[in-house]
Amino acid sequence: MLETKELILNMGPQHPSTHGVLRLVLKLEGETIVGTDVVIGYLHRGSEKIAENIPYFEFVPYTDRLDYTAALSSNLGYVMAVEKLSNIRPPERAEYIRVILTEFQRIAAHLVWLGTHAMDLGAMTVFLYCFRERETILDFFEMITGARLTINFFRIGGVPADLPPQFFARAWEFLETFPDRIKEYEALLTRNKIWLKRTKGVAVISAEDAIDLGLTGPSLRGSGVSFDIRRAEPYSVYDRFQFDIPIGEKGDVFDRYMVRVEEMRQSIRIIRQGLEQIPEGDLMTRVPRKLKPPAGAEVYVRIEAPKGELGFYIVSDGGEKPYRLKIRGPSFVNLQSLPLMVQGGLVADVVAAIGSIDVVLGEVDR
Amino acid sequence: MPTVVVEIIVVLVKIAVVFGAVALVVAYLTYLERKVIGHMQHRMGPMRVGWHGLLQPIADGLKLFTKEDIIPSQADRWVFFLAPVVSLVPAFIAYAVIPFDRNFYITHLNIGVLYILAVSSLGVYGIVMAGWASNSKYAILGSFRSAAQMFSYEIFLGFSLIGPLMIAGSLDLVKIVDAQSKVWFIVYQPVAFLLFLVAATAETNRVPFDLPEAETELVAGFHTEYSGMKFAFFFMAEYANMVIVGAMASVLFLGGWSGPVLPGVIWFFLKVMAFIFLFIWLRATLPRLRYDQLMYMGWKVMFPIAILNIVGTGLVIYLL
Repeated sequence: MLETKELILNMGPQHPSTHGVLRLVLKLEGETIVGTDVVIGYLHRGSEKIAENIPYFEFVPYTDRLDYTAALSSNLGYVMAVEKLSNIRPPERAEYIRVILTEFQRIAAHLVWLGTHAMDLGAMTVFLYCFRERETILDFFEMITGARLTINFFRIGGVPADLPPQFFARAWEFLETFPDRIKEYEALLTRNKIWLKRTKGVAVISAEDAIDLGLTGPSLRGSGVSFDIRRAEPYSVYDRFQFDIPIGEKGDVFDRYMVRVEEMRQSIRIIRQGLEQIPEGDLMTRVPRKLKPPAGAEVYVRIEAPKGELGFYIVSDGGEKPYRLKIRGPSFVNLQSLPLMVQGGLVADVVAAIGSIDVVLGEVDR
Repeated sequence: MPTVVVEIIVVLVKIAVVFGAVALVVAYLTYLERKVIGHMQHRMGPMRVGWHGLLQPIADGLKLFTKEDIIPSQADRWVFFLAPVVSLVPAFIAYAVIPFDRNFYITHLNIGVLYILAVSSLGVYGIVMAGWASNSKYAILGSFRSAAQMFSYEIFLGFSLIGPLMIAGSLDLVKIVDAQSKVWFIVYQPVAFLLFLVAATAETNRVPFDLPEAETELVAGFHTEYSGMKFAFFFMAEYANMVIVGAMASVLFLGGWSGPVLPGVIWFFLKVMAFIFLFIWLRATLPRLRYDQLMYMGWKVMFPIAILNIVGTGLVIYLL
């Protein structure tokens, strides 16, 4: 008798489009997916354990390497958590600088996402156009902080250096020209029939399922849930800015794409307001050389990172080093939704789905 | 000398010339693609090897030639060896009937179009053999997709050509070019031309139909396990097919070698290059279609349009 067997396909840790060392074991019937196993841990570096052995100040560079496409966001989350733990308030100017740089970082992270997502689906030119803009942003970072990728700029208590005078002119120029660039990317993708066919109705996740699985960030907003931590629990100086929260309708790949593209535009708005409102002042508050938060204090601080809710839970035992540092990486939680999204789809849709969740293995594995 | 021997020598010389020219064009096509796509992407393409990268194809050829020949241990050895050959040879022998100028062709077949279609169909065997022999799931998936895609779109390719063939009244490539001496067939058969373009892109596994080699999805599809010269064969076969398809398009729709002032060969070359440029442009711009969408589009959209085109052409010819 003829009998059909399931085909097990391993999209192994080395694969051009799993965005890092992600391993997917797909069970296929023909080309339809009937089961997915997500295997992670190939990038686990023991960051949380390392945190228990070094003083609070020294951990900031490790946060760079979590979501390596958005280093400043992770810096911000950690630094804010330690400040809340020890009751330190950074000065106003420092807060504004932090927000401006974090929003630039959000744009840079979304550009990486857009470029790689489009390239996975075949549109290779978008990748180069996105990275052209990202180069300008990375030039800003180099100008201000000295580094392009693993930036390590925020400090507990403020920022270590001011925005140099040559930054402002170039930043305004970028803010003028970038919306046209977004139009370029959209011209190549948003109304392209092939793109629409590959992304509309693909890898759908409903709002209920998204909330149940703990999905956050643009992936959640693509399903129509209007939840953005910058609006729901404003932190730093976000409550002084006006910006919209883009949401999608159906929770398919296309909606998540549109949400992120729109978020880039909103980030431009925030940066504009930040540059207009930024006050003069100090850059750092005085922080003791050996920072010892009160014993028994514990704090959970969450921020809206480009990928979703990035949370830091720190427990202090009164010493220089944290007793326990737990990082809630958004990509780790978002990745849980992948099997549900691709169930019943085709192999080609897995690539679109991974791209649309925007997974970065640094955050998944820590 | 007896005329038979002279004739044989002449034919051999023609074969050598065409073969050499095609090999050179195919090699420099890879360079052209990299340069054109590079410039479209705001970068420059190869610049280091030779002036502006002109020696790049030679460097690539040397590299592939000297690379270690890896054969997977579970592979079916003879089929693995034969697959690239079966892919490449049909691509090259199709050039035997293409008329580069009124009197410049290797041979003059009165069923030229049929010959080219038949010979390109053989290329599909090479892909199926490659996927099977590699004994790797990625390769097998890639070759299944490619085989189904290629023989579906070959049908549409054939159907789209029936329009111009009805007007020309012959399968002979030289006669078809002559039939376009007043008006090129693209004017009479715009629908067929568009269908031909789409079918040709699918036939040669180019974006947006390059699923069989979709590197981001299947690593490299049916040629995942190939390295060195065997890989070079597949690569050359793809580009040689592109040139064949460009040549067919220019002969059947754009008047072949006809054009003012310049010699026919130059016009032919320019027209073929225009098509190649179009293929390269598509590759730089468009995303890739999913496999089922590709098949849907072929059978449910292109096929009815092709049939309608044939019926329409027939009606017009009958009425006029």
